[in-house]
Parts: sequence; structure tokens; C-alpha cells
Amino acid sequence: MLSRTAESLYWASRYIERAESAARLLMVAYRMSLMPTAGDGHENEWASILAAAGVSQAFAATGQQPTAEAVTQYMIFDESNPSSIRNCIAAARENVRAARPSLTSDVWETLNSAYLQFLDLLQGPPARRDLFSMCEWTKASAAAVRGSFETTQLQDEGYDFFNLGCFIERADNTARLLDVKYYVLLPTIDMVGGGVDQYQWAALLRAVSARRAFHWAYKGDYSPEKIAHFLILNPICPRSLIHCCERIDHHLSRLGRAYGQRSLAGRLAAGMYGDLAENDVRRIVEDGLHEFLSDFIAQTRKLDEAVNRSYMFWGQ
Amino acid sequence: MSTKPVFFNEMYDGDAIRPAYAKVTKWFDDLGAETLALKKAEAEALFRRIGITFAVYGEGGSTERLIPFDLMPRVFTRSEWDRLERGVKQRSRALNAFLWDVYHRGEIVRSGRIPAELVYRNEAYEPAVVGINPALNIYSHIVGTDLVRTGPDEFYVLEDNCRTPSGVSYMLENREIMMRMCPELFRSARIAPVDSYPDLLRRTLHEVAPAKCEGEPTAVILTPGAFNSAYYEHSFLADQMGIDLVEGRDLFVDGDFVHMRTTRGPQRVDVIYRRIDDAFLDPLCFRPDSMLGVPGLMNVYRSGGVQICSAPGAGVADDKAIYTYVPDMVRFYLGEEPILKNVPTWRCGEADSFKYVMDHLPELVVKEVHGSGGYGMLVGPASTKAQIAEFAELIKKNPSNYIAQPTLALSTSPTFVDSGLAPRHVDLRPFCLVGKEVRLTPGGLTRVAMKEGSLVVNSSQGGGVKDTWIVAD
Amino acid sequence: MRLTIDHTTRYLYEQPQRRITQSLRLTPAQLKSQKILSWDISSDGAQIGARFVDGAGDVVLLLTKGTNVESVEIRVQGVVDTTDTAGVLTGLKESIPPLAYLRDTPLTAPSEALRALAADVGAGGHDGALSLAHALAGATRDRVDYVIGATEAGVPAAQVLDLGQGVCQDHAHVLISIARLSGLPARYVTGYLHSDASGEAHEASHAWAELFVEGLGWVGFDPANRCCPDDRYVRIGSGLDALHAAPVRGMSFGAGSETMEYSLTVSLGQSQQ
Repeated sequence: MLSRTAESLYWASRYIERAESAARLLMVAYRMSLMPTAGDGHENEWASILAAAGVSQAFAATGQQPTAEAVTQYMIFDESNPSSIRNCIAAARENVRAARPSLTSDVWETLNSAYLQFLDLLQGPPARRDLFSMCEWTKASAAAVRGSFETTQLQDEGYDFFNLGCFIERADNTARLLDVKYYVLLPTIDMVGGGVDQYQWAALLRAVSARRAFHWAYKGDYSPEKIAHFLILNPICPRSLIHCCERIDHHLSRLGRAYGQRSLAGRLAAGMYGDLAENDVRRIVEDGLHEFLSDFIAQTRKLDEAVNRSYMFWGQ
Repeated sequence: MSTKPVFFNEMYDGDAIRPAYAKVTKWFDDLGAETLALKKAEAEALFRRIGITFAVYGEGGSTERLIPFDLMPRVFTRSEWDRLERGVKQRSRALNAFLWDVYHRGEIVRSGRIPAELVYRNEAYEPAVVGINPALNIYSHIVGTDLVRTGPDEFYVLEDNCRTPSGVSYMLENREIMMRMCPELFRSARIAPVDSYPDLLRRTLHEVAPAKCEGEPTAVILTPGAFNSAYYEHSFLADQMGIDLVEGRDLFVDGDFVHMRTTRGPQRVDVIYRRIDDAFLDPLCFRPDSMLGVPGLMNVYRSGGVQICSAPGAGVADDKAIYTYVPDMVRFYLGEEPILKNVPTWRCGEADSFKYVMDHLPELVVKEVHGSGGYGMLVGPASTKAQIAEFAELIKKNPSNYIAQPTLALSTSPTFVDSGLAPRHVDLRPFCLVGKEVRLTPGGLTRVAMKEGSLVVNSSQGGGVKDTWIVAD
Repeated sequence: MRLTIDHTTRYLYEQPQRRITQSLRLTPAQLKSQKILSWDISSDGAQIGARFVDGAGDVVLLLTKGTNVESVEIRVQGVVDTTDTAGVLTGLKESIPPLAYLRDTPLTAPSEALRALAADVGAGGHDGALSLAHALAGATRDRVDYVIGATEAGVPAAQVLDLGQGVCQDHAHVLISIARLSGLPARYVTGYLHSDASGEAHEASHAWAELFVEGLGWVGFDPANRCCPDDRYVRIGSGLDALHAAPVRGMSFGAGSETMEYSLTVSLGQSQQ
């Protein structure tokens, strides 16, 4: 397969996932902002999602304060923010268009109509552009594209590159989300375990659509260990790091078999998956969750570089 | 006052319908108006769904349009076609011999048969390929010959296209659609198939792989990208041949060879069927600002590491000023008499011709030497006095930029219009492939001027297309 | 005269480049005026291949260097015995017809002033093409002062003439343009020069023009130095203009800017190695 085509599939999928993550992050902040005031620390929820999306500095450069309105605008509509939902959808569409010969028309049509709907929403009445509707719309659109891909696409190498993009992006986003919860939202240690903390955990789980799943899998109150286990080490959670790494390893292994040799990216992914499988949550928390997550995010970046190198992408 | 010309209607022999047209005419007659209308709508929907559109420029940006497709095929008999085939192949061989010659010793120039100035000062003459030896000495691997008919046995070549003639996807898609619309006809009439074209093209590309190629050659189509007006054709052909459709950025040069970036690593490319213009092929040889090409491609090409189809510089053979000498080429290189006639042509750069053209503008067709697509031309009989006067000024400014030809009495072929079947003017472009053998698929692209009386068949000027059938006599 | 050339060009990239591709026209041909005793082109870590001889008789090489390129260095070393042929080019195996050198390029496109200059010189009355060619070369130098730094590389002839100042590249372009206007095929030539007319060492690579004189063939004119190339000159390559004749024509893929450094010596006698 031409590297350009594979790269387009990879990035189309990353951008779709990124749009969805942005929507989920916004929902966390939105939920948290609705909770009763309970001391310091919780007011910076809007700033925290900028940190989670990795755009704090870029936002600061706009000279705005991280108010609900400013952040919502920036994360959904702003054309100067490369990670805004608007830009992610446009970039996903450009990539899908470039890879069109290797995609089914279903996938193209689903994404293209999402894009056209977004343009309509921009033109339409502001009441239809509130944060809640936009986030729900984004999640539904991302699911529709992924769904049409899963159900119509040939399971060839293109299938693997598309999914690689999805899970590498998702792993990165989950790690950031968790890191932000722990180190941005709770600046002082005495707040851990308090009412604010409980509420924030609930909001965070809701953001990954996993509150009920969590309760089903774990009994009792939220605790950092349980949440960390759920989002890092529990393979049944579709957004957990281990699940993402398992999928990444799976797709890179498939490519390795098809090409008759394991790539650098494949070796890295197998290593990441193996490390997670052998880890346990107590050790992670004791050694420092933040350090663990920072290291994981760095490894994800290395993995992306390795995919670029192994399959001759130009790097976007 | 000139009398109204009489046009040859290809459907009739005197008052009788020719046998070649009998079956298809009867079939459509039997169909009834209602079913016909349905079929027309169905055909159009198919075209739209497949996405065969073309971009029209110069209307404030580009817009996608559907080319009108006429259900009524244009029919040739086998014996008519045999003669055309021999003529087109002969011409393609002569044009390639000419190209090899003018990029080497220039014997035809030395012999005095073609003025040196006309060849060597021609903008399409490419110094960068002087002295190179492409595989089998072929420069133009795909030749599109534009033909018109004026009588039962009279065919003229309007122009040759030696660079990257387009339209072959219409030849193939038109046939696909006709086979869906009237399968009964294909079962009963023996219509020569055209669907071997992609295989023949692929074989041709493989045959001209450079000597350095080891094993099975890798051929690709090089496209400027999805925004090009002919992108559909590029992707269609790549798909049909089962080869990769690449953009310049997919290719790179390393050492002595060209490679494409694939997910399995670099893969050497041996033959490039390029659908981008010479000027954009390689920024290190041609336009330095080209982002569509591949830096170093021409170095590899010239050192024999890759084949480019057609060769850069092939355009000097299809230049409208050179065109007038093609019959001389046939005699000079092949020692044969030309089978197909040229349209008599006046080169306005020559004093006598200039005077004649200026005196006879209302009856002539005047074309820019380097123009294409029906732009920059004057159709005398269809123009107003003011238009003629305006064009005369243009010619005076730069006479050698123009040629003039008599207005040919183009044949007509029955075409479905609002009122039913009516004669409309047509031309024909068969696609000739030049490799180890010279091959011609029995068929071509018939373009039809949809407006009554119009002689301009270009799609950019409202022309349509038809399927072209070769049937047993 | 025995000339020894040692020429190193170094391209440095602000950020590592994905790929460097350069077409090199750096090899002198054997001519009556120059006998090449040795010539070597080398570059560390880069591939040099795809060798061919073009229609103008120049050897062209291709340099490629892949992934994370921080710099490219090209070293040219050679020894040449030169003979004065009064500028007349003899012994070059070339196949591009002189007529092909009458076409304009963006760098040599005529302007009103260039047309007027060509007409002026033409009106002087000349005894044949050679005398016209000399007059054109002289007029070029009269109208364009030799001023280093007045122009950047790649200024069109029309602009050079308006400015009235330039270096060897600019003189060559003006001469080529007015020669073509006068019906003389003309081309751009690059090479090395041991010393300029005043006897001082010439620092940079040099450029001049060749005009096609019926009966004589291609004849070199160096308007910058008001002379025809003699045994102080080594001829490297030619083309329609400076772009086509460029010793190095390259392209890099990647972000950031490129800087170039070079060192060049053209010395008398055998080099001490």
C-alpha cells in the first residue's frame, strides 16, 4: 500500500478520535462546573481540559481567560486551534478524501455528511450550537464513521492503519485525561477523598461513558487505585490504556505477518503492552501516577514516530 | 455567397439506412418513447453515480459537470475500421520515428523536408531529452488521433495528440453503460469489444521498461492529484490495470532509481505513465517551483533508470505547425503513402498563406498553434463580422501563432435530441498504443456537438459523447 | 597552463531534512582548450549516481541523501591543462542544435530596453557575426558596471540592464538576451577562472556566455572581464541560462532554512597532495 494512503487512513482516524475526545473533555468540565462550590481547586476545570488536550500554551497566547465560553468556543469552533472539533473534522475529511480509492463510499459519505452538518450548524441558530448538543453530536458522528468503517471496510492493511490511528490517539487521550484529573484538578493532597474528589471522579467516568461499567466492575466508593486500575489496567474498559495497547499490538502484529517482518513500531507496541500486563496498580500509585502517565505519554509519542518511520510516512 | 454545404449522414446510404445502423435503429424504434426516456435517465444516473465528471475552468473557479451521453451509438463497419486502423497505426509509427529523429541526428531536417526553425525553435522541442534513448526508441506510447469524416470513404486527421491524450475512460465507460442499457443488441450484433484496452496499456507499459529493470516491471500512473480535471480517468485506469496511482510526493529518487514510498518500504518504480505536463515533472530540470513532480526524476530517466510515458518533449510531434508535415514523415520514415489525409492547412507565418487566410477568414477555421480544447479558435462561417474582425487583429499581431484550415463538412451521426433522433456533427478519437507492437483497440471516443449545426465537439464547449461500435460488414 | 582546482561546497540545514536531491553539473568536458588530467567529485554519506551526458555534452550526476540530513558537502578536485583557443569551443561532443538556443527563458526574456540595446549594436554595421558578437559583449559591459553585491542570484536580464550594475551572472544574461534578439544563438556557461584581467586571484566560480557564430561554432565571451575565455578558464557546463546551467540544482524536503558555505582555490601547477 502506498505510504501516503496508509498515512491518510491513520490520520483520518486519529482526528476522528481526537474530535471525540475533545467532546468528552468538554463534557467533564461542563459537569464539574455544575457542581456546588466547595472550596478552591475546582474552578479551574476549564483550564484543566485545555491542559488535557495539550493546548494550554496556545490558548494562553490568544490572551483570553479560560472561562466556560472562551474554552468552549476554542475547543469546538476555533479555526486557530488545530485540535478544535471543527479542525479535527475538516482534517479527517481531507485525509479520508485523499485515501478515498481505498475506502468504501459508505465511510466517505458518512464523514462527508458529518462535515456538511457541521457547516450547517455553524450557519444555523446559535441555540443549536450549545456545548451539550455539540458534544453529543460529535460523539454520535465519530461513532457513525467508525461504525461504517467496521461494517463495510475490507480487513486489509488499510484496516490496520485506520485502527492504529484510533487506538494510539485514544491511549494518549486517556492518559492525559487521567493525568489532568490527578494533578490539575486536585492541587492539594488534603482534597483527595473529599466530596469534590468524588464528584470529579464521577464526572471523569461519565466522560468516558463508563460510570455504570465502573460500578459493575468495582464495588463501593471511588478511589484513585480503583479508577487507575479501571482506566489503565482493566482490559474490559474500551478506553483503558491496556485495551488500547492490546489493539495497537494486534494491528501491528497483523501488519508484521502480512509483510513478513516485525517493524520497529511493532516491537515497541509489544513492549508497551507487555509492561502494562505485568504491572499492578499499587505499584503505579506508589511510584507516582503522574510519573507513570508522563512516561506513558512519551512512549506513545515514540510509538507514533516509529509508525512514521516503519511505514515511510512523511509525518503530518 | 457560398452554398449551404451538404453533410454526410453516416446512417444513410442515399435514402436507405445502412446495414450497420439497421439493427440499432430498429431496436430503438421498437423501444418506444417512454422506455427510451427511462433508459436515458438511467444512463445519466449511472454516470453521476460512478462520478464521471470533468472540471470546466474559466467560469470563475472550476465546477464539476457531467458530459452529456448520447444513447445512440456511432457505428462503423469492420472494413471502414480496418482502413482507419491501418492509417492510425501508420501515423503513430511515423510520429515516433520523427520524435526519435529530431532528438538525434535530425535527418528529416537535414534532408530539407521540414524547416529547422519549425522544429528546433518550437517551444515543445525539449533540449533536455536530446540524445536520450528510451526503450525501443519510443517517445509517444499513447497516441490519440482526432479524426473527422466528410464522406463514405473520406477521413481526415484533425490533429495528433502525442503527450497524454485523455478520454479513454469515456470509451470504456460508455461501452459499460451501453452493455447495461441494451444487452440484447450486444448479443445479436457482433460488436468488437473494447475492454482489452487496460490490459493492452499495461502490456505496453511493461514492454517499454528500461533495460536496467530486473524481473517483472513496476508501472505506476503519476497524477497531479484529486483536483485535476481528469483525476477520474487517472484513478479509473490505475484501478483497471491494477497498478498504483501515485502523486509526485509518493515518489523519490535514490541513487540510480526512482522509488515509491509504500508501507512495506521503498519499492522501485520502472515505468511511469505520467498524466502531468512536462513542465511539472521535475523541479531540478523544468519549472523549479513545481510541487507536483519528483526532484531528480529526469536524471534517472536520462540515465536509463526509469521510463516516462510519454517522453517529455513528445509534444513537438503534435504541434499544429508540425502537423502539416506528418504526411511527409510517413513517406520519409516509412517509405509508404499516407493512408489518412491531413486537412489542408495554411501556416499564417508564411507570407502567401497569411494573405490568403486574411482574405478568406469567413470560410476558414483558424486555430492557435499551441491551443487546445476548442479555445483560442475562430470558426469563420459561425462567426459574426465583428468576431472575425477582432480575431483578424489577433492574427496580425503574431501570425506564426496561427494556422487556418477550410471548414470541413463534418459528417453527422443520428443523435437523440428533444425532438427525437436528429443528425449532429461528430468526430472520433481512437487510442493507439505503441510498444513492441502498435496496438489499436477497435473503438474510440466519439464526440458529438449537441447543438444543431455546431461543429465544435469539445466537452468544454458543450459537446457530448457516444459509444463507438465496430460491427461486421 | 596547468590549473589545480579544489572546490568544496557545504549546505547546512537549520533542521534535519528528510531528503536532499541535487543534480550536479560539475564535470568539465575534454576540449581542445582543456585537457582533464584528473577530476574527482565526492560527498560523504551521499549517493552519487544516475550519470549521463546531456545533449550539450555535459556530464550530469545526481546526488541523493536520505533521512535526517543535517548537511551535505560536495568536494570537487581536479587538474586541468589549458590552452588558449581565443574563446573558440572545439572538441565538444554535443547534439543540441544551435537553433534551440534562440529561445527565451524567464531570466533572459527581452524588455524594451534590451531590444533597444540589441538594435543599437546591430545598427553599428558589423562585418559578420563574429564582429557583431564582440560588439554585443562590449556593449553589455559598457551598460552594466561590475559591482559586487548589487544583485542577488537569479535576477532577470531586463532588470539588470535597468539597474546598470551586476556581476558575471548578470553580464552573461544580458549578453545572452541581446545576442538572441540579434539572431545569434547564445548560452550560459559556468566554470572556474584562475585570475581576472587585473591578475588578482578570482574568488568565486565564474560564468560567461557562448554565442554561436556561423562558420566558427560556439565562441565564449566574458563580458565581465571584457575578454574571450583563454587558458585561465576552465569550462564546466552550459545551459539556456544560469538556472539550466547551474553546477548544483537541488531541492530539500523538510522545514527550516538552508545556508551555503564554500571554499575554492584555483591554483597554478600540480596540487600538493
